Amino acid sequence: MQAIISSTLAAVVAIGLLLGAQPVGAQEKPRYGGELLFVVPSQPPSYDAHQEETFGVIHPMAAHYSTLLRVDPFEKTGTKPIGDLAESWTISKDGLTYTFKLRKSVKFHDGAQMTSKDVKASYDKIIFPPAGLKSSRKATYGSVEAVEAVDPYTVRFRLKWPESSFLLNLSSPWNWIYRAETLEKDIRWYEKNVNGTGPFTFVEHVKGSHWVGKKNPDYWDKGKPYLDGYRALFISASAPQVAAIRGERAHIQFRGFSPAERDQLVHALGPKITVQESPWDCVLMVAMHHEKKPFDDKRVRRALTLALDRYEGSKNLSKITIVRDVGGIQVPGTPYATPPEELQKVAGYGKDINKSRAEAKRLLREAGVPEGFSFTFKNRGIPHPYEPIGVWLIDQWRQIGLNVKQEFIEASAYHPMLKRGDFEVAMDFACGFIVEPDLDLGRFVSDSDANYGKHKDKVIDELYLKQGRAVDAEERKKILRQFEKRLLDEEAHIMYTLWWHRIIPHSSKVKGWTITPAHYLNNQLDTVWLAE
Amino acid sequence: MAVNPAIERVTDLEEVPRRSRGQAAVADFCRRRPLGAIAAAAILLMVAVALAAPLIAPYDPVAVNFGAMLDAPSAAHWLGTDSFGRDVLSRLIHGSRTALLVGFGSSILSATLGALLGVASAYFGGRVDLYLQRVMDIFLSFPLIILALALVTILGNALPNLITAIMIPMIPRCALVIRSSALSIREMPYVDAARAAGFGHGRIILRHMLPNVMAPYLIMVTAFLGQAILLEASLSFLGLGVQEPIPAWGLMLRGAAVEFAEAAPWMAIFPGLAISLAVFAFNLFGDSLRDALDPRLRTQ
Repeated sequence: MQAIISSTLAAVVAIGLLLGAQPVGAQEKPRYGGELLFVVPSQPPSYDAHQEETFGVIHPMAAHYSTLLRVDPFEKTGTKPIGDLAESWTISKDGLTYTFKLRKSVKFHDGAQMTSKDVKASYDKIIFPPAGLKSSRKATYGSVEAVEAVDPYTVRFRLKWPESSFLLNLSSPWNWIYRAETLEKDIRWYEKNVNGTGPFTFVEHVKGSHWVGKKNPDYWDKGKPYLDGYRALFISASAPQVAAIRGERAHIQFRGFSPAERDQLVHALGPKITVQESPWDCVLMVAMHHEKKPFDDKRVRRALTLALDRYEGSKNLSKITIVRDVGGIQVPGTPYATPPEELQKVAGYGKDINKSRAEAKRLLREAGVPEGFSFTFKNRGIPHPYEPIGVWLIDQWRQIGLNVKQEFIEASAYHPMLKRGDFEVAMDFACGFIVEPDLDLGRFVSDSDANYGKHKDKVIDELYLKQGRAVDAEERKKILRQFEKRLLDEEAHIMYTLWWHRIIPHSSKVKGWTITPAHYLNNQLDTVWLAE
Repeated sequence: MAVNPAIERVTDLEEVPRRSRGQAAVADFCRRRPLGAIAAAAILLMVAVALAAPLIAPYDPVAVNFGAMLDAPSAAHWLGTDSFGRDVLSRLIHGSRTALLVGFGSSILSATLGALLGVASAYFGGRVDLYLQRVMDIFLSFPLIILALALVTILGNALPNLITAIMIPMIPRCALVIRSSALSIREMPYVDAARAAGFGHGRIILRHMLPNVMAPYLIMVTAFLGQAILLEASLSFLGLGVQEPIPAWGLMLRGAAVEFAEAAPWMAIFPGLAISLAVFAFNLFGDSLRDALDPRLRTQ
């Protein structure tokens, strides 16, 4: 019986995946009207995306804003930049000047015309914020020398060095364009207020309850949006989120559900639910403190990664939590990811686990680590996927003779703990908004604030700079392979566990939304519509 | 020389072997309180299981076995397996160690400290009593679980901290009960006699008063045991108690047990049953013990 249920579920999921694989809505004629109801598992700390880092800001608010470029909402790898406020652009031959022509019919929700001044003011706030003002992604624009408003509808970025990731970086869903005049008067105005050029205008925000937006009749893309409005419901616990979808009180939750929750929904709602799945630009890593013994010894660090049977883990853990793909430093299947056969040459990625574990035991012996050596593994107090991955890691390390105790740290106290370096071995995590090596790998540079294991490695630093400036994609791939080998194998500074797997079971009424590897993308909702 | 018959009776009683007196008391308890006796047997069984856990558990409770993920109860796994393929029965058996360790640890410590504070408060009276009781009132104004949650958040969730977090909210509850018994003992002539003999406060409290509040003390210990097991399970269920992969009943109820409640109900049913039975047994035994030790209820 269970086998029948499982195969039925698998079939429904497969159909959903097939549907999800197509540009949703490409074949059907969009229908106008209706209110999209969606669940947001987090809350916005402020309304200013330039400062914030949680999807709790993006999900309810991205539909109020436009960005200069955006990631193609129908492209599943989330790596193709297209124009949003920019109509077209040119790149100088030396790769140092990017010139963007802006759309002329764009208005802010307060009626003001959008011009290049607004783009310049917004990017100046992001890249060159005044003292005392936080800008979360300032560090990723280190190559930018200046942003210039050439004329009312032309904006130019001058770079200090060519950077292959620059266009994608400008497609960041965080870089909302604000009104220059407002920023001039009060640069913090957007922390508590909303005024964008996006497809939906702001109606109300009731803290802890909901956020409401309604259709912007003056949106520049005529004919869009299709929806009359949307209502974001803030629900933090996962059981009520599932209940909301199951009870058809919400159409979708854009972050993701676990496999069990997906199966529950599919089982309960059958054809009323469509499942879209994708590799997720989120990964759990294990940071080993390089200043604490015995983890200062690369043989011990290598042993810890060699102990992991990632392939078996992937096959089974994907049934119970939101992980799936075995990968190196890039989301598997994306342009710069290492192909599986090549990845198998990296320590801990070999298919012969017995051989790997024998090697791990030898390395531990060589490093003087006794059988039954005990240490504490600190983990983040969030159920998925931290808890199952933690249990799995401890079991894997037990098989090379290590006795590991797990300590969960409450989520809000976790980052400060990592920054203090108050751990021997700890779970590290990263979630990207666009799959791009420049954005994903900066954390491994020696002086990065996110280098929690505190490794010092000039080779890594040089390789990082080199790959970012490589204009030729093949050359960049080669450098990235060297970077990966050094980081995960030769020095084993850190270990990647499994890449997350994003599962979005949503009401089959929701059309025009395509899953991507980042839960920060595709929340402008201009292409989304509701079937009858 | 004629022997005073009263003295003779006392001498006779003292000569009765201690063992047979104990056996008689147990037999009397079993006869008068059969439910209490059944509860006591259940507790003894639980203690035996906890002590012999490594010998009787069919599998290693922390060993992941993906090949047996979410297996239903069968001959190989009597109570099924969890989402990591770990044997539920083995985890329940080893989990009894955590439950009893936290249960006995926190209830004995809280009852002992509560008894000391209660007796001291009653003995000294006056301002000492006034201030101590107001402090107790502050603690009593918080529900047990709220105070335990706050403490475990501050202290961290290592096992000793968990015992402390459960113990502290229980101290004033015990102190209150013991104080009311100690107030009447304070007025007894032998306490006055001890004071008149020049004994210090410490000696009077420890040697003359504390032994006389043993009955309420034992009742509080048994009453707290059930509560402590429930609190530990609640904290572990909330993710603030014992941490994976250590087997603990409350922990077995959270996470995957909730998500797979429909597909693998055994993951939640058996730990839930274990918690319910343990708490029921301790409460029942506590009630029976109270009935047996309380002179006002002895004839019932």
